[in-house]
Amino acid sequence: MSADYVLETRNLIKEFKGFTAVDDVNLQVTRGHIHALIGPNGAGKTTVFNLLTKFLTPTSGQILFNDRDITAMKPAAIARAGVVRSFQISAVFPHLSVLENVRIALQRKEGNSFHFWRSQSVLNSLNDRAFELLESVGLGAFADAQTVDLSYGRKRALEIATTLALEPDLMLLDEPTQGMGHEDVGLVADLIKKVSAGRTILMVEHNLHVVSKLADRITVLQRGAILTEGDYATVSADPRVREAYMGTAASEEQDRANAAAAEAKDETVSKEGAEV
Amino acid sequence: MMKINKLYVALLLLAIVAPFFLYPVFLAKLLCFALFACAFNLMLGYVGLLSFGHAAFLGTGGYVTGWLMMNSGLTPELAILLGTVAAGALGAIYGKLSVKREGIYFAMVTLALSQLVFFVYLQAPFTGGEDGMQGVSRGHLFGVIDLADNINMYYFVLAIFLFGFWLIHRTIHSPFGQVLKAIRENEPRATSLGYNVNDYKWVAFTLSAALAGLAGSTKTLVFQLASLTDVHWHMSGEVVLMTLVGGVGTILGPVVGAGVIVTMQNYLSGGELGNYVHIIMGFIFVLCVLAFRSGIVGEFQKMWKRNFG
Repeated sequence: MSADYVLETRNLIKEFKGFTAVDDVNLQVTRGHIHALIGPNGAGKTTVFNLLTKFLTPTSGQILFNDRDITAMKPAAIARAGVVRSFQISAVFPHLSVLENVRIALQRKEGNSFHFWRSQSVLNSLNDRAFELLESVGLGAFADAQTVDLSYGRKRALEIATTLALEPDLMLLDEPTQGMGHEDVGLVADLIKKVSAGRTILMVEHNLHVVSKLADRITVLQRGAILTEGDYATVSADPRVREAYMGTAASEEQDRANAAAAEAKDETVSKEGAEV
Repeated sequence: MMKINKLYVALLLLAIVAPFFLYPVFLAKLLCFALFACAFNLMLGYVGLLSFGHAAFLGTGGYVTGWLMMNSGLTPELAILLGTVAAGALGAIYGKLSVKREGIYFAMVTLALSQLVFFVYLQAPFTGGEDGMQGVSRGHLFGVIDLADNINMYYFVLAIFLFGFWLIHRTIHSPFGQVLKAIRENEPRATSLGYNVNDYKWVAFTLSAALAGLAGSTKTLVFQLASLTDVHWHMSGEVVLMTLVGGVGTILGPVVGAGVIVTMQNYLSGGELGNYVHIIMGFIFVLCVLAFRSGIVGEFQKMWKRNFG
């Protein structure tokens, strides 16, 4: 059975000086799924991400990737094994060109990354592949631009292209639509859907509209522990989830109205986006 | 690109004819410090780590080369090579210990380690302690060319400087340099792309230490002297000053900075203002930090971009 899981955590715990940020989390990410991790602020979503990629060391528990225990591996080694993450704040190299950003990711497998005596023109052989990747996220026209000049949404798209360059088995996206306008949210959501073909994605996401559109399975975290799990319909019907988000169940009516309004607005925006 | 190449050609021509107008030993000193500052800038400007202990490598190169010239009968190019290797080896060890730290902690670790080296050289019998290692012979290059001749010596130093400068230029514009740039821009992202960033910093540190050693080795030969001045933490500070004045992270900045500082020290210390050298340098330092953050070359580049770019 467990072969279906790309990633599994067993009794994952992280404590910071008496405060338990991640409390006994057993997460299973099924191969081919887009799996969303949601929960109110401070629920420990990003901490879980940091544990999975070993940017933080778990206090106890196990992390399995393709049935292999990766709990003791270093962050860079985990990336090389095929678990590549993004960050909450867009992770690009601002003063490299857009093409160079993708090339950095492609370069590692070339085995020349320590060659300080060679001209960087040896990297030009990677340009075609880098350009293809940029095209796939709609950034082909910006290949020569300085990354710092890109809009926020495009930086996120570039980040996805860079991540794709590593051909990861599992992509971890930390709030890919955070801080974006409606238009960019739609674009990035479509992009995630597109690149999810043949891959597994685990994402932290606040925008429930995006989650409802993309996620095959949702895990809700609260105070570091898993509150519930399931598809969007199951999770959104769970009163505990509403309570975790809203504080009380009383505001449910108001809440539903808001969601409907937001949805209607989103649809008009994405239509406009399509016309552009 | 063409413009840059023309600039390099002009500078090279200038360096070739310079010893016919200026004192060659002074010019050789200038080139040694320029190389030292370029090596230091590889860490500060291109990795983003401020080492406050680069004097250790300058001094180690100097002492090893000096000792070999006095005791081994090796030709000067071999003595310099071994001095460079020794500094590189020390750099490899110190790099392993220090690149895990960042910012002020990195500076402190490198300072502490270089102080360790200072006291070893102060006490070790072969260095001559406070007196320094005096009367190092320059020898015959490849056993043929007599380096006692200042003009010969100068061109030898120029060749070494050009090699060092080329290597740094190449490193910055190499596949390795691309990764360094990525690490400087966004270290967590570089890690998440699978790069062991500390390994890259370590290689850069070792390279920088070796080149600083090359500068020290050459300097010992020029002055026929290796002394504690070269390992003192003042020297580590001076190279920071040179790089800042010239322009951090620009390839020519350290050369210009070293030129300005060395020239000033030379002319001021001989004249009436001799006692005020440190005050004047301190003033320049403050001025640079407050008003000209990008240094001489950096400010010039900005001006060029504004007006002609």
